[in-house]
Amino acid sequence: MKNVQGTTGLIFNEPLLWEKGKKGRCGFSLPVRDVKKYPLDKQFKGDGPDFPDLSEVDVVRHFTRLSQWNYGVDSGMYPLGSCTMKYNPKCNEKQANLDGFAGAHPLLPSRLSQGALRMMYELERLLAEITGLDAVSLQPAAGAHGELAGMLIFSACHRSRGSLRSKILIPDTAHGTNPSSSALCGFHPVPVTSGGNGILTPESISEGMDEETAGIMITNPNTLGLFEENIREIARIVHSKGGLVYVDGANMNAVMGMVSMGDIGVDAMHLNLHKTFSTPHGGGGPGSGPVCVAKFLEPFLPVPRIVKEEGGYSLSYDFQDTVGKLHAFHGNFGVLVRAYSYILTMGENLKKASQLAVLNANYIKERLKDVFHLPYDRPCMHECVFTDKKQQAVKIATLDVAKRLMDYGFHPPTIYFPLVVHGALMIEPTETESREDIDLLIDTLKTIAEEAEEAPERLHEAPTAPKVRRMDETAAARTPCLAG
Amino acid sequence: MKEITELNFPEDIRYSKDHEWGKSIDGKVRMGISDYAQDQLGEIVFVELPEVGDIFQKGEECGTLESVKAVSELYMPVGGAVISVNSQLEDSPDLVNSEPYGSGWIIDVAPSDASEMDELMDRDRYMEELKGIEP
Amino acid sequence: MRYFPHTSEDIAAMLKVVGADTLNDLFSTIPEDCRRKEGLSLPEAMTEWDLNRHMRELSRDMAVCPDYKIYLGAGSYEHYIPASVSYLLERSEFSTAYTPYQPEISQGTLQAMYEYQTLVTRLLGLDVANASMYDGASALAEAFKMSFNIKRKKKRVAISGLVNPLYRRVVETYFAPTEYRVVALPYCKNGTTDLSAIGEIEELAAVAVQSPNFFGCIEDLQSAAEAAHKKDALFIACFTEPLAYGLLKDPGCQGADIACGEGQSFGIPQSFGGPGLGMFAVKTDYVRKMPGRLVGRTRDVDGKEGFVLTLATREQHIRREKATSNICSNQGLCALTAAMYLAATGGVGIRDLAGLNRDKTEYLKERLGEAGLKVAFEAPTFNEFVVAFPESFAAKHEELIEKKIVAGLPLVSYYPELAHHYLLCVTETKTRDDLDALVAEITS
Repeated sequence: MKNVQGTTGLIFNEPLLWEKGKKGRCGFSLPVRDVKKYPLDKQFKGDGPDFPDLSEVDVVRHFTRLSQWNYGVDSGMYPLGSCTMKYNPKCNEKQANLDGFAGAHPLLPSRLSQGALRMMYELERLLAEITGLDAVSLQPAAGAHGELAGMLIFSACHRSRGSLRSKILIPDTAHGTNPSSSALCGFHPVPVTSGGNGILTPESISEGMDEETAGIMITNPNTLGLFEENIREIARIVHSKGGLVYVDGANMNAVMGMVSMGDIGVDAMHLNLHKTFSTPHGGGGPGSGPVCVAKFLEPFLPVPRIVKEEGGYSLSYDFQDTVGKLHAFHGNFGVLVRAYSYILTMGENLKKASQLAVLNANYIKERLKDVFHLPYDRPCMHECVFTDKKQQAVKIATLDVAKRLMDYGFHPPTIYFPLVVHGALMIEPTETESREDIDLLIDTLKTIAEEAEEAPERLHEAPTAPKVRRMDETAAARTPCLAG
Repeated sequence: MKEITELNFPEDIRYSKDHEWGKSIDGKVRMGISDYAQDQLGEIVFVELPEVGDIFQKGEECGTLESVKAVSELYMPVGGAVISVNSQLEDSPDLVNSEPYGSGWIIDVAPSDASEMDELMDRDRYMEELKGIEP
Repeated sequence: MRYFPHTSEDIAAMLKVVGADTLNDLFSTIPEDCRRKEGLSLPEAMTEWDLNRHMRELSRDMAVCPDYKIYLGAGSYEHYIPASVSYLLERSEFSTAYTPYQPEISQGTLQAMYEYQTLVTRLLGLDVANASMYDGASALAEAFKMSFNIKRKKKRVAISGLVNPLYRRVVETYFAPTEYRVVALPYCKNGTTDLSAIGEIEELAAVAVQSPNFFGCIEDLQSAAEAAHKKDALFIACFTEPLAYGLLKDPGCQGADIACGEGQSFGIPQSFGGPGLGMFAVKTDYVRKMPGRLVGRTRDVDGKEGFVLTLATREQHIRREKATSNICSNQGLCALTAAMYLAATGGVGIRDLAGLNRDKTEYLKERLGEAGLKVAFEAPTFNEFVVAFPESFAAKHEELIEKKIVAGLPLVSYYPELAHHYLLCVTETKTRDDLDALVAEITS
């Protein structure tokens, strides 16, 4: 590599908030006091929190400096498998910040909130169209929350049929939230082993599916980046024993406009708006995980639902069979606005997005398969999975490759997931990455593979460029220091 | 992670297929995890111990060992009541790594069925088992 | 399309490398019978300019300040957001960053989260706070779940009837498919929780009381904590308006084991109810049973100080079905917002702001009282209170809406016994003139 791209901006060592500041400083413009002080009983009065006092300059510089140590999608590529780190359009931010949306109280009478209600109603319709399902709730605040909604719906549906189901089938490629969400609803996860070619076989489903099993939670395309080709047969088997099919829609970016989930036997699924629908990740959230269901499951959706009538839109709790409520209000509305704006901006281009995402991933797969071991040498969807098998021969692990990538200005791909592949390195470029940037990633990984052979200490020592190097995670876990 | 030949397996104790060891000491059974297990787990940051007086069957889960990136369940090599736990592990969980057979012992059990010890493997048998495990 | 960098040359060259003729060929592994028969039926793609126009139209069909004067609280609060905070949040290194799983290039997010965690512990008087949950309601549900995990043999929890009714509904939803039971505690005439019922309940894992409660009244958290601990149960103090703790005694010093609630008041726009911020703090003893991400301080291989996500073995990606929670994405950017807001207000600012909120509310209470209207509950309040209006007020409330004033939230749908009762909220955003005008309108 001729030039190191660099990893962070100017480096400052910035103290913690309470290490800065001085008593008497103020960073806030307090409104004028135009009423007198009213005494409060000593029983209730506290001393107030031990917060630092900072000037506005202190605050702005502090967080500006902190931001400069971060990497974001706006800094460079995040080839994180199953995260769909696509570009976050700025005009969508503008819409979420419109006064009418940002300043709205969630409990306004319906007639005073028609704009928001109409937007949500239309978004429900758009997501129903994209997934091929019939009814949607925008309430879940994240994918895992959507999964919880789905599992609650399955539980309610089975109970309404007088059927006691205590188990659920979960493929070995599943994301950790899948067994975790189902356990919250009292479903014991039963693992299903994927076949030799990386996808589920109808036989393994037949074996596991019985009348005590609520159904299956399947990710499609799966976390190996492969389309679950047997899904129709799998759905048939599950349905034949009275079970239900739930799809974790985290990988929806691969199949928009190509597959209708409703048509292939899916009864319920969630979407991740912060993945497929371009809303920003925010350093961990907020996301949004709407749940989409087939008609027969509509009565169980969380409340309130948006109802369209003669006079306009309103929120209704009048649904007897609802599973209840998952969020205090209506979900992460601000995130919904961004996703809605994205869909309106893209229109049919959503299909092109999926096609280009899949093209990018296959291109990477073809060009790197001689450099890194590719456990499944078949056409992939929007992501591909490699392993460190070749590099293990020279005592280099996936972790070392990931850390070295940072020295070259990239965020690493997803590592050590899915668990079914030892030393997994999962790459998802998304459609918003250009060929040049992808070529740069490929060339960088090739260089790193060479370094692994010729100068492995560079990988073991990596990263050396960022603000800090490898952290002592053992000490952090043994003697946690979680507040200052 | 080390090669099997680099690991230590004392002769005078017995081993379970879940990589625990058991040692009879004056009628009670002391248990811990093998050198292979601690090497696989990595640096241990926390040990969740059962309460004294808890009763478990052979093979039942009685606690957990946490490293930074993984959690491993502890299974009873023999069934019985827990008569004492190694409270040193609260402040020094790393003892399980450094002295898995000595000061890194985990619990003492009053065995409900003495013959269960015989069902465990001796050192040679255990090492054979380990060689059969895929790297 | 401006989000697609690929030119037709790029596509052709890449297809060649892959060995496919067209983009459609890339989907060869999708069986025919799994393919969509028709294309997506979506509205035609909008240009940026059309989108702006469309969204402006929708957003105008909303009642917001300054056009409207809205006296609503009930879990969502109108507070001033300083320009410095809004500005800082536009730094895309924060907003477009992923979860800080690779700490070396996420020290910005990690330090900010550590600062957030610390400020929360200081506000609530507890030892450890997590990096956020979805909102106050789900945080409460998770607090109960955590209690069942700690008090293993217990199957019941008690929740005050004056916890926000929407929160109570969420809690019920979370526990519906389980063997656990949630018992509601009644309230007293003075507008606070009737703690006497706690003594009767067996197998209690936890008791939760909200303060200030849904009626705006300040609860005696100390007595509630004592009653809970007597039953060997944990005490959960929850809240919807954390600004109150700039003035009131914190939950920790009154005996709370867990404090959780909504942090939207700290610089986060109301935004029709979301995204919000689930705040969650516990005593050190319980840290390993806590849900949510935790940021810890440590050193790197060179001995340099830094921050990292820690105690991850509690979480779903490692523990799977045995995790403390299924939470993955949280409300990270909202937690960052709160940290920025609290850094801006500082110790002095938050005390002044809290005082101002209460004093303006007391002023309105006083004026309404003078006008002959009845404040329903006599317990001291923070920035919300309930008025028992005459039956004729329903029509007046509607009239006021036509005049662009939303004079409180009718309570009858939440508490059928409280017909004609309205919950009013006053924050620092209302001037004395506003309040005088409101009283004049109400009594006209």
